[in-house]
Amino acid sequence: MSTEQKQKILIVDDSELNRAILADMLDDEYEIIEAENGLQGVGLLQQRGSEISLVLLDIVMPEMDGFGVLQVMGENHWIEDVPVIMISAESGSSHIERAYELGVTDFISRPFDALIVHRRVVNTIMLYAKQKRLANMVADQIYENEQRSSLLIDILSHIVEFRNGESGLHVLNVRTLTELMLNHLMQKTDRYQLSPSDISTICTASALHDIGKISIDEKILNKPGRFTEEEFAIMKTHSLAGAEMLENLPIHQDDPLVKVAYHICRWHHERWDGRGYPDGLRGDEIPISAQIVALADVYDALTSKRCYKDSFSHEKAVEMILAGQCGAFNPLLIECLEELAPEIPTQMNNSNSVAQRDRREMRNVAQEMRRHEELTASERTLQLLEHERIKYSFFADMSKEIQFEYTVSPPMITLSPWGADHLGLEEIIMDPLHQPEAKAVIDPFDLKSFTDVLRSTSPDLPVVTYDCKLNYKGKWRWTQIVARAIWSNDEPPRYTGAIGKAVDIHDSRMKLNALERMASHDALTGLLNHAYAKKRILERIEARPAASYALVIFDLDHFKAANDTYGHSFGDQVLVHLAEKLRQCIRGGDIAARAGGDEFLIFLEYKDEVETVISRIFQSLGGQFEQFPLSISMGVALTERVTGGYDVLFHAADAALYTVKRGGRGHYRFYDDSMRETLSVISPIEDGGDAPEDV
Amino acid sequence: MTLQECYAAMGGNYEDAIGRLRSERLVQKFVLKFLDDGSYHLLCRSLEEKNYPEAFRAAHTIKGVCQNLSIDKLQSSSSRLCESLRNGYTPEADNLAEEVAADYQLTVSAIQAFQKESAG
Repeated sequence: MSTEQKQKILIVDDSELNRAILADMLDDEYEIIEAENGLQGVGLLQQRGSEISLVLLDIVMPEMDGFGVLQVMGENHWIEDVPVIMISAESGSSHIERAYELGVTDFISRPFDALIVHRRVVNTIMLYAKQKRLANMVADQIYENEQRSSLLIDILSHIVEFRNGESGLHVLNVRTLTELMLNHLMQKTDRYQLSPSDISTICTASALHDIGKISIDEKILNKPGRFTEEEFAIMKTHSLAGAEMLENLPIHQDDPLVKVAYHICRWHHERWDGRGYPDGLRGDEIPISAQIVALADVYDALTSKRCYKDSFSHEKAVEMILAGQCGAFNPLLIECLEELAPEIPTQMNNSNSVAQRDRREMRNVAQEMRRHEELTASERTLQLLEHERIKYSFFADMSKEIQFEYTVSPPMITLSPWGADHLGLEEIIMDPLHQPEAKAVIDPFDLKSFTDVLRSTSPDLPVVTYDCKLNYKGKWRWTQIVARAIWSNDEPPRYTGAIGKAVDIHDSRMKLNALERMASHDALTGLLNHAYAKKRILERIEARPAASYALVIFDLDHFKAANDTYGHSFGDQVLVHLAEKLRQCIRGGDIAARAGGDEFLIFLEYKDEVETVISRIFQSLGGQFEQFPLSISMGVALTERVTGGYDVLFHAADAALYTVKRGGRGHYRFYDDSMRETLSVISPIEDGGDAPEDV
Repeated sequence: MTLQECYAAMGGNYEDAIGRLRSERLVQKFVLKFLDDGSYHLLCRSLEEKNYPEAFRAAHTIKGVCQNLSIDKLQSSSSRLCESLRNGYTPEADNLAEEVAADYQLTVSAIQAFQKESAG
């Protein structure tokens, strides 16, 4: 057997028997992948991409039919790389026509002849393979040629600069500024119809703007100080000289690069007002390429040191150009320069370092490629991709996390196999925002706010974290989703989808909740503890400061005696019983807490008659627990009468309680100013059953 | 019972199947597999539930399988049933469904008889 990997064929047909017949005919030579409906087929194509050499596609299928598959393949341009042969019992010419329109390579009607299917499959795969190999060869060739020609242009322009005594960066700077200006101009106006490829040609050609200078005597070229009139006349010939050199090229006359370079060489010293040379063109008679290079040339000349002058700062140079001291330019370009001015210095620096890095990398890549001569660059890219894919799916499997990838178009979610299994979902879900399957796993509200959060990210800050509950095969569990929105490189960037993972945080979250509960509640009675009650009371007052509130503190009379007579565990039972009665007699919005040993606290809001409320509570708390009579003493402070914050309010209620205790117990009192100097009843909770009678 | 006789019994075209699939082994393998194909049951269930798009697809699948294996009789009835359901329910579908049921039974019993003898 050959070690070479078999090419893969994807069979998409809802009948297992039909798939088996086709597989049987082909599986000697090819690896067969099967999908039982269109949706699965699309998912496999998304996963495997151009690894798949051919698709055999049925038309009538559940979930998504064959035409649906073709549509998705077309929208994603997969059909350009993966040939499709349609096989169907539908023999109406309208079906066949539609299939060809959607890009199928071949159409085979049932009943088919095994030999014909086999032959057509082999032919199609061979044809596409040849085409792919040719496309690769052409792509590599173009890449190599472009590298070579930009290298040649660099060398040539460097020679000109060298002779000229310029920095060696002049050509690069002119190119960078030309590119910046062109891109900015295209955003501002559609007056000049330039495609991205035109822009790239102009930028490359900008390097040649001064080639005419090799015809100028070096003595004049490098003369320090001012030119004489005669010398200036000679100097001015360089633009026409450069243009003539290009015009007299024996070949490549029709090459766009040569044409644009001709324009730039000849007219980069023309002026918008018509007073430039050599032809005295005016306004937009001057090609936009030459106009921009002229401006870039002037800017770089100003900011560089030359044999006849020192360098100006960036700000000064821009100021001089805007003031019209260095020639007359298209007002639109002046606007561009003014708007771009703040970013020009950094952009220039960046492009210089990028250019150096590019060159280094180019050398590395070239060496690398020589070492692997048997591989073309495109094949190598494919291998790297395949390698990445294997690596990714291995780690995804190992990590036991739910990983996902979401694309906006076509709208689908791909889940890692482990994740899909864990959630009880398919690995691929089309149109997840509207699928019932997805809604069973995540609350639609969460799904919507999560996607909103993703859409509101930016390319600079694309990562979001979102906590919500997910349904793991019937169990809703807290889950943290960490995701990265994917933004396109377009201007402005488009949101194209997201990748991310979901981690089960249910246990740690529950532990946290339990800890929070433990910290805020009294262990014996389950009521809030005093510290937490205070926090809630302060929040309540802050939320509605104008409302009227009452703070009630009460304790059990003769509780110490109960403890002493029947034991502490009986005492605890009494407290639990009282807490339960307390819960029953307050309203939902009221706050009840255990404030100390046998002291309890109630905080409530009232509208008009507070006395009846207090009286009702007081009545319902009394009674009997087993042999122990429940007698209550209660002090009440009202925010209406006591001002100065919680602690003052609490102290007032405490003082009222103390007054009741001293006055014979078993009733309630509201705080008034006569109690100002009274002592406190409250004992800290650590003292447990210690009775207030001791006070 | 030979495969050829089985074809005769179920109203199929043995020569055509061999001519297209190019081997007796293949034809026999897939004819036996026909017994496991769930499309007919899907058809019956869909018709009961009045899910006509699903019934259309099931009839279409039966038709495709029969075309592949040259089971002409069942192919003809399933094809007509398929057309009667293409745009939803039509009154002809009821009679055609019965015809398909009869042809399906005929096909299955022929194949089962062949299976028994070739195994025995």
